[in-house]
Amino acid sequence: MITSFLMKSLDRSILVVVAILLGLAILVPALNLLTAPDHPLHVPTYLVSLFGKYLTYALLALALDLVWGFCGILSLGHAAFFALGGYAMGMYLMRQIGARGSYGNPLLPDFMVFLNWKELPWFWYGFDMFWFAALMVVLVPGLLAFVFGWFAFRSRVNGVYLSIITQAMTYALLLAFFRNDMGFGGNNGLTDFKDILGFNIQADGTRATLFAVSALILALCLILTSAIVRSKYGKVLVAVRDAESRTRFLGYRVEHIKLFAFTVSAMMAGIAGALYVPQVGIINPGEFEPGNSIEVVIWTAVGGRGTLIGPIVGAILVNGGKSIFTAAFPEFWLFALGGLFVLVTLFLPKGVVGTASAYFARRRAERRAQTGETPDNLAVEPIAAE
Amino acid sequence: MKSSTETPVAHATRQDPSERVMYRILQILFVALCLLISTHVVGLRAADDLGALVDQLGAAKLSEMDERISALAKTGDAKVIPVLEALGEGELYQRKSDGKVFLVKAQGADLLLVDPVTGTEAGQAPKAAMQKVKVNNAVRRAVRSALGGLTLFSDDAGARLKAAQSMLQTPNADALEAIETAIAAEKDATVRRVLDEARAVTLLLSERGDDEKRQAITLLAEGNGRNGLAVLTSALATADASLKPDIEAAIARIEQTQALWSAGQNVWYGLSLGSVLLLAAIGLAITFGVMGIINMAHGEMVMLGAYTTFMVQEVVRNSYPALFDWSLAIALPLAFLVTGAVGFAIERGVIRFLYGRPLETLLATWGLSLILQQSVRSIFGPTNREVGNPSWMSGAFDLGGLTITWNRLWIIVFALAVFAALLFLLKRTSMGLRMRAVTQNRRMASSMGIRTPWVDALTFALGSGIAGMAGVALSQIDNVSPNLGQGYIIDSFMVVVFGGVGNLWGTLVGAFSLGILNKFLEPYAGAVLGKILVLVLIILFIQKKPRGLFALKGRAVEA
Repeated sequence: MITSFLMKSLDRSILVVVAILLGLAILVPALNLLTAPDHPLHVPTYLVSLFGKYLTYALLALALDLVWGFCGILSLGHAAFFALGGYAMGMYLMRQIGARGSYGNPLLPDFMVFLNWKELPWFWYGFDMFWFAALMVVLVPGLLAFVFGWFAFRSRVNGVYLSIITQAMTYALLLAFFRNDMGFGGNNGLTDFKDILGFNIQADGTRATLFAVSALILALCLILTSAIVRSKYGKVLVAVRDAESRTRFLGYRVEHIKLFAFTVSAMMAGIAGALYVPQVGIINPGEFEPGNSIEVVIWTAVGGRGTLIGPIVGAILVNGGKSIFTAAFPEFWLFALGGLFVLVTLFLPKGVVGTASAYFARRRAERRAQTGETPDNLAVEPIAAE
Repeated sequence: MKSSTETPVAHATRQDPSERVMYRILQILFVALCLLISTHVVGLRAADDLGALVDQLGAAKLSEMDERISALAKTGDAKVIPVLEALGEGELYQRKSDGKVFLVKAQGADLLLVDPVTGTEAGQAPKAAMQKVKVNNAVRRAVRSALGGLTLFSDDAGARLKAAQSMLQTPNADALEAIETAIAAEKDATVRRVLDEARAVTLLLSERGDDEKRQAITLLAEGNGRNGLAVLTSALATADASLKPDIEAAIARIEQTQALWSAGQNVWYGLSLGSVLLLAAIGLAITFGVMGIINMAHGEMVMLGAYTTFMVQEVVRNSYPALFDWSLAIALPLAFLVTGAVGFAIERGVIRFLYGRPLETLLATWGLSLILQQSVRSIFGPTNREVGNPSWMSGAFDLGGLTITWNRLWIIVFALAVFAALLFLLKRTSMGLRMRAVTQNRRMASSMGIRTPWVDALTFALGSGIAGMAGVALSQIDNVSPNLGQGYIIDSFMVVVFGGVGNLWGTLVGAFSLGILNKFLEPYAGAVLGKILVLVLIILFIQKKPRGLFALKGRAVEA
């Protein structure tokens, strides 16, 4: 039954990507842990963490693709959900430090001791338990997205208006988290983590495991979104994207459909943030920067929105490029990024993956026309004009 | 001496004319000689006295300094001023060998000595031979008030005003007589008012009678009381029981007026912030209104305008320094042209290919903003650039209890002027008519023969040009750096969304109400929390009125 569900909800390209991700989840940790440092195929630990970071970005881009690519909601606040998930995980990691902090306080994190706080604020309770933190990673961004989306979609805020108020939301959170008395470490954020689930966070084994977990969760989320998109609900989602009023007149509750996608997407973004924090080792208010959210949009656009695979490819391509560029020509990275925004929107509106798949689809159609076959059912059309 | 010369004159009246002339000449010579000798002697003695007094500074303990400084100040001699100033600055040294005190300037390893009284150079001395006259904050305070007393009698009304203000801020009971003499001699009404207040403040600290003190309290209660409050509060602790109710009433009255004025000050700050928001948002409002697109590079247009101002000021400073006060007037049209041209190029080069896809336009313009920022950073460097205030924009004046800075005032005036000009353009010119037609119904306007692409390009150039002019104004109050624009972009969006699209009045009301709301929340919630509250309020407001305060109605905008 499960296999038939999988086969129905996934097309071949998604299966290929899932297989690649699973392969990476085994191969990269293996190459890191089992080969000697001077072996030609050895993957150094810093690269494992770097690739792991890309995978969490890819998950964030995938989450955005669900709302932007399939529902037409351009959220400029997805980095906020990402950062909230990250903070939830960061709080768990902070509590794990225990008495090993610089001030040696068994209960309070260092920055609270520094601020002369006497007791733990109520919202830090429970974060010493992993299951609670893991729940919050999903719940907090999901709840924020639910409340925000419920208000916004109900009063039919859409298009650029929605983009702007999501940006205002992340900006407000940015300002809030910068405040010291918020109780989240202010400007410096949360850092100096020691261990996760009892394993040393700096150890090679933990890093490799985190990478594998990231790849695994990305694969799972890819299957999930693919299932959502190919379900009956997914068809309505695309209908909302392409003709919102018409869908409403057909009797669908457009706001509910949007709200579901928005909330699921925010939860995925939260998970991405939670995976990001232990691999990077810090979470600070800078993650709420409105510019970050817009950067996520460009990853998705470069890969190709509405393709699910595209955002993953785009996130890895752009961030890989960023790592290379900022090391080699730091001056020019912003030119390159800015140019990417302009060129992709002008010349590559379907993104890399969208353009490539359109090209192959055309080739196949031509071949069929020659052999006289009938085309099989086409998948969801990736992009429609707004 | 004069009386001694008068007696011979009385004799001379009875002598013959030639002798009389002779005598008169002798007499004049004698008088002149006497005067010369007497002034010389007196001068010498005064100089000696001063020198001795100054030398005493060197020998005094810190606790005695107060006394010595007032002794110096009581001479009323203008020569004391540089000495006291040097003392305050810590430039007064004592020679260890003979205890004489000198003004000192560092010259290489040695110290250059200057005689404090005559101002002539007195050779050099190694640092080891000199000892610094000790200064602490109490001494500095004493120096300041002594200096204030000395300049009270200056010929320059500005200097007198400054002195009076310093007496008002750091009252000193010893200065009471000096202030009273100064009040008697003062002709200038402004200076006199400050002096009266300073006298009242000083009097409360002195040993005068209760009636005089009561008068002083009434005077302080009537003034705007910024200095009075502190003095009254400290006087309350030491005052007689009979005076206490008066003081308490005066304090209550001052606090009440102050609360009123501070509300007024908040409104003023709010108007000022609102005018800045208006300037930043108004260009955005027309491009958004007419073309329905979000220009994320708008903040960078503001930044380009500010850098244009910087360039103009550089050229003016280097080539025509006399024109510096006019530099903003030169920069204004230039900034409009520069940013307008950049806007035109962006519209023709990028945006026109993206019509009907507002979200993509948003991304492309964001990309452009990154490129513009980085270009400016590469050309001008990442640090802040110095943009000066012309003389007519610097300084402040008091309006009742409000302190109003000229640059803020001019920016409000400028924002309103830009607003009025735009309103005129939109409502009274054929270009404006076309823009309004396109805003209301693009396809219908197009069918009526309006070249909508041309209107779009000009609108975008106009919006960018106005952003550039906003940049000229903002360069006066904000740091001119490549990130200048980013600070305004979200706020400008909020103004546009709040005010409603396609209506300039909405932008005006939106900008000023957000500005005032922000400044009223600040004292209660702090600057950051206030801003967060405003953002949350706007997000909630959008739920109620998704199209803003002044929404355009009709089918065209619903599409």
